[in-house]
Amino acid sequence: MTILVLAEHDNAHLKADTAKVVAAASAIGGDIHVLVAGHQCAEAANAAKALTGVTKVLVADSALYANHLAENLGKLIISLSTDYSHILSAASSVGKDTLPRVAALLDVAQISEVISVESADTFIRPIYAGNALATVQSLDDKKVMTVRSSAFDAVASTGSAELVAIDTAIDARTQFVSQTLTESARPELGNAGIIVSGGRGMGSGENFAILEQLADKLGAAVGASRAAVDAGFVPNDLQVGQTGKIVAPDLYIAVGISGAIQHLAGMKDSKVIVAINKDPEAPIFQVADYGLEADLFDAIPALNNLL
Amino acid sequence: MKVLVPVKRVVDANVKVRVKADHSNVDTANLKMALNPFCEIAVEEAVRLKEAGIATEVVVVSVGSKAVQEQLRTAMALGADRAIHIETDEELVPLSIAKLLLAVQQKEQAQLVVFGKQSIDGDNNQTGQMLAALADMPQATFASEVKVEGDNIVVTREIDGGLQTLTMPLPAVVTVDLRLNEPRYASLPNIMKAKRKPLDVHSVTDLAVTLKAHQTVLKVTPPAERQAGIMVSSVEELVEKLKIEAKVI
Ligand SMILES: Cc1cc2nc3c(=O)[nH]c(=O)nc-3n(C[C@H](O)[C@H](O)[C@H](O)COP(=O)(O)OP(=O)(O)OC[C@H]3O[C@@H](n4cnc5c(N)ncnc54)[C@H](O)[C@@H]3O)c2cc1C
Repeated sequence: MTILVLAEHDNAHLKADTAKVVAAASAIGGDIHVLVAGHQCAEAANAAKALTGVTKVLVADSALYANHLAENLGKLIISLSTDYSHILSAASSVGKDTLPRVAALLDVAQISEVISVESADTFIRPIYAGNALATVQSLDDKKVMTVRSSAFDAVASTGSAELVAIDTAIDARTQFVSQTLTESARPELGNAGIIVSGGRGMGSGENFAILEQLADKLGAAVGASRAAVDAGFVPNDLQVGQTGKIVAPDLYIAVGISGAIQHLAGMKDSKVIVAINKDPEAPIFQVADYGLEADLFDAIPALNNLL
Repeated sequence: MKVLVPVKRVVDANVKVRVKADHSNVDTANLKMALNPFCEIAVEEAVRLKEAGIATEVVVVSVGSKAVQEQLRTAMALGADRAIHIETDEELVPLSIAKLLLAVQQKEQAQLVVFGKQSIDGDNNQTGQMLAALADMPQATFASEVKVEGDNIVVTREIDGGLQTLTMPLPAVVTVDLRLNEPRYASLPNIMKAKRKPLDVHSVTDLAVTLKAHQTVLKVTPPAERQAGIMVSSVEELVEKLKIEAKVI
């Protein structure tokens, strides 16, 4: 059994997601290879080489792969697929974009957002916004799956795998035009130990400043509910929830968030949940370890003063 | 330009489902059903393309039991011109649905296929990408802006780190995210009109598609319940609890 893991990276940096997907691959068992497809991605490939349990890193370095386009990235994976029993990626925007194309071309089903590996062919995945967990046994000869990285602990970096260059160059009709990435010195949502999230109750984008101050005091990432993103308070990539980022930090502080099913789906596996809300009936209090019924415009500045 | 919009009937987004006592599945009996919210956004976008004079016809298609005709009628009340129902009582994986949609696409030759990015029941986020692969079309997933420019489509996508814009030649597949548009409400006259719009029914065998079994759902269980928490009375108490009891700050 050999498993292929699609690396998550931005050419210069390997994202922590990759080490978590490798952890899922280790739970399946067998040889683990990592594919780093990108442009001038030697740095990312070197980081992948060190991931514990990885024996080979395939490096497809070409301008054609610079932007991780599903159309040709999918075909590249297909060209490598013969030797693999399992093909895994993070349930990231690249993984979700690409792996279903791979599965379809291999004529196998995809198992999305795996949170637990029961055996080499049986996996657990959440359905209905995490209100139910399905244990699914695959009957396909190859298993293609995306992994919810928040459910796995990253492997260490103690290894030294072999690097193998892949020369297959596949073009795409899809053309990259531009990209605007949110710049932030704070930790990424997916890796943060602490997340401070704001909802519609924040009232405006400017008001998020007090949450950012709190986040900086705690070394935390900033998140948001859909309502806060829809209202334009913060950028889309901060959305936590069923259809945004799924997170499980040690501490999640929900501020002015009511706790809709779709928001809970993205954060209810956090170790400790704090809710600050002025409505004692808000459903967020039902999942909170510590609830504080208060006006956030009093509570957050007070917190900032105390910390 | 013809636009094809595959849609799904799901449990309403405001309903919290429960798992059946025998752990065989979720219990969906007598729950309020609706058009999947993402599919609603896809229909709205297609209808806007028609209103802008870019699309000539909007065709909606759904795979499922007889009941999905209710959602096909809803989609037509929102402005779709006609509907195709592929009738089956089996619960199919996204790949099988994509194969059935491929048969429809080959017949319809739509220039643009617009999907919701995921359905809120299975949360799979696969079907659009799979159809694109089977039909060998380029794709733009998680769209928050769609512009047709001649024979090309320019799409802004919500990605993990922010926003990305791609362009690709038609025919293409687009899957839509939440912020693409705000779907309209169907007006009563449009709901009445939708009842008379054409709705064709096909069986899986009609479409000459062979499907196979890909997976077995061994069980469906409820997630672990969180331990009940406590209310604190002040910011000071909160900080103390987080430091001393939970030891997280
Ligand atoms: C298909 C679909 C997908 C979705 N996906 C997501 C998703 O991924 N993520 C997500 O978050 N949502 C998602 N939603 C939306 C979700 O249903 C809710 O509408 C949303 O989470 C509400 O955001 P909110 O809690 O910020 O706003 P509200 O529900 O409006 O809550 C605001 C809260 O702030 C409190 N408040 C107001 N002012 C103050 C104050 N001064 N001090 C203290 N508290 C105050 C109020 O008491 C209230 O509880 C989705 C919905 C659908 C239909």
